[in-house]
Amino acid sequence: MMKNEAAMQTLVAYVENKPGVLNRVASLARRLAINIDSLTVGPTENEEVARMTIVAHTDEKGAHRLEASLEKLVDVLLAENISERSVLERDLALIKVLADQQSRPHLMELIKVFRARVVDVAPESLILEVSGTVDKIDGLLEVLRPFGVLEMARTGRIAMTRGGDLLRPPVASGQQQLPEPVGRK
Amino acid sequence: MKLTGAEILCESLTRLGVRHIFGYPGGAILPVYDALGKSKLHHILVRHEQGATHMADGYARASGGVGVAMATSGPGATNMVTGIATAMLDSSPVVCITGQVSSKLLGSDAFQEIDITGITMPITKHNVVVSRAEDVARTIREAFLIANSGRPGPVLVDITKDAQQASTEFNWDASAPQLPPKRQRNNHDQAEFDRAVELLNSAKRPIILAGRGIMLSGAMRVFEQFVRAGNFPVAMTLLGIGCFPAKDPMNLGMMGMHGEAWVNHAIQESDLLVAVGMRFDDRVTGDLRTYAKGARKIHIEIDRAEINKNVQVDAALIGDAREVLEKLLPVLEKRERSDWLAHIRELKGDSAVRDIQNLPDSGHLYAAHVINDLWKETRGEAIVVTDVGQHQMWEAQYYHHDQPRTLITSGGLGTMGFALPAAIGAKFAMPGSEVWAVVGDGGFQMTMSELATIVQEKIKINIAIINNGYLGMVRQWQEFFYDKRYVATPLVAPDFAALANAFGIRGERITSRGDVIPTIRSARESSETVLIDFRVEQEDSVYPMVPAGGSLHEMIRRPNNPLVETATEP
Repeated sequence: MMKNEAAMQTLVAYVENKPGVLNRVASLARRLAINIDSLTVGPTENEEVARMTIVAHTDEKGAHRLEASLEKLVDVLLAENISERSVLERDLALIKVLADQQSRPHLMELIKVFRARVVDVAPESLILEVSGTVDKIDGLLEVLRPFGVLEMARTGRIAMTRGGDLLRPPVASGQQQLPEPVGRK
Repeated sequence: MKLTGAEILCESLTRLGVRHIFGYPGGAILPVYDALGKSKLHHILVRHEQGATHMADGYARASGGVGVAMATSGPGATNMVTGIATAMLDSSPVVCITGQVSSKLLGSDAFQEIDITGITMPITKHNVVVSRAEDVARTIREAFLIANSGRPGPVLVDITKDAQQASTEFNWDASAPQLPPKRQRNNHDQAEFDRAVELLNSAKRPIILAGRGIMLSGAMRVFEQFVRAGNFPVAMTLLGIGCFPAKDPMNLGMMGMHGEAWVNHAIQESDLLVAVGMRFDDRVTGDLRTYAKGARKIHIEIDRAEINKNVQVDAALIGDAREVLEKLLPVLEKRERSDWLAHIRELKGDSAVRDIQNLPDSGHLYAAHVINDLWKETRGEAIVVTDVGQHQMWEAQYYHHDQPRTLITSGGLGTMGFALPAAIGAKFAMPGSEVWAVVGDGGFQMTMSELATIVQEKIKINIAIINNGYLGMVRQWQEFFYDKRYVATPLVAPDFAALANAFGIRGERITSRGDVIPTIRSARESSETVLIDFRVEQEDSVYPMVPAGGSLHEMIRRPNNPLVETATEP
């Protein structure tokens, strides 16, 4: 039986790298009344193919529908729900935080603990770069808040199944079958 | 050979086997029309672009091939939307070709520019903008391939005017479809298959739910063998009607909201549902919480997204219905199931009592009688194209279809105005067949302008208007659920026979039962289109009825005599 509680479901999709595909994917989720928590898209080693990581707030049934419906789109080569698998997940954030002479040493300690990096230094502020799980970034954000978070940008999650569990885009195999001529079946 | 994009389009359509295009010209598609004039393609000028899409849809449903509709940009394209959605919901392979403003004007709100691919994204299987003549041939071939493969559906190809006008080298062989490579899924593993076989062979009270997928996959023959081998009773969805002969004793009739009472009871009492090429629509299941509670479920379905969508199943056999049935047939064990079949016969009762032909003539004209007389007179062999509403349900109940693709009706979207244009399309697909449009007085008034198309094209169909002076099905809901407050359902109509005459079509008006058969005969004998306005009982209702969201076994039956679902008394 499928679980009915709504939870975060992570899907990976390989899509054609061309205009309009993001619209089709987003429009599909909207039509299925599935709320997308984050959607990242970027190129793959094959320039014609892009990879999406979709994190959706839905139950297992909704995730199945999203996965199967995504794969019906002509421009989607593969879609897979990897929520139940052993998955490595990363989010990346740039956080601009207030930093004066007094708070700076304390901040530097936190940055070390969270394995963040300082990527920009200004008289009154720092920009930190941190990557990791969503929980880790949320945790850092929590401790930075008292210092004054001025601005933040996050990429949203990207995910990959671990080890030998490969999820690669399908490759073209020979000729497509030709359409049937019009006429009675 | 150098050709313009427009010429390439016409040449490609011809090579794909297209003979008919239903369309309406305009500025942004004019280069294509100019090329059409030099081709052997037969263009049918419609009176509204919605009509073009319904005609292409009717053409596709009657033939099993792809129907083609064409329109200009802007309003021409937006008028197609209802027809495209109709085709989408019923998995009908229709290719719509629209003109678009020149590519350099895209996004500038140019005259008659509209983002039709954006508008139709959720109601097409796929759509695409073509802005280079070089892409026309490949794209149109891909459109045909997508429309009529897997689970069929509509595809829209939007071609900019500059792509139609530009010249390029035309090479058919070099323009083969290049669809993105798709992951090949292992549809069902052996364990799933074995579980289905075990369920099939151990079921005591099985019932097959037969849908349109059987027709789409051309599985009629193997389906019949499957039914025989397992001694399975068969219930039909509305769109499945025709995929298994109505006269076959194992065919119980239609299920669902207006299904036969014994069919719905049999489903509720079954211990195994075998769903083939159907999608557990809410009009079929009623309340899901009480739906076939004692039954295990097998779902044979090509579309993975349909599995467990509405009904949780015990075994899902994903794939083409014909292939799956062919695989199941050899491992099916013969079962007599005589107790179960006898029980269903008992549920059905004495069918002679129910046969409306045996009922006394009350002097009133009932739609069910008209439909039943039409069935008898045409020996069940006509292609009947219905609209949506009460007459559609009466057609499904009283016209008994033995052949696939002989009932053409808008099931999923329930589009009023479908019947007349779809009947015209069906006639072009099957010129040797007798075609009847059966349509209500409401739906007919939505697309009746296509009468002019009939006259201009000199085709012969017959039109039966089931005229009760109401939007009948809505009126029925108001009677049952809104305390007979008939808001906005009484309907004034023109004199349809006189209207037909104005178009140059013979029109008849029938008010008594004795005139039904002679008029049907005379219409059939005529070589020209005949319109018959049947003035039927105004406040008759379709029985039985499962109220929306109600349990399948809790049907509203006809008062007085629930065994007789059609009317006897005025």
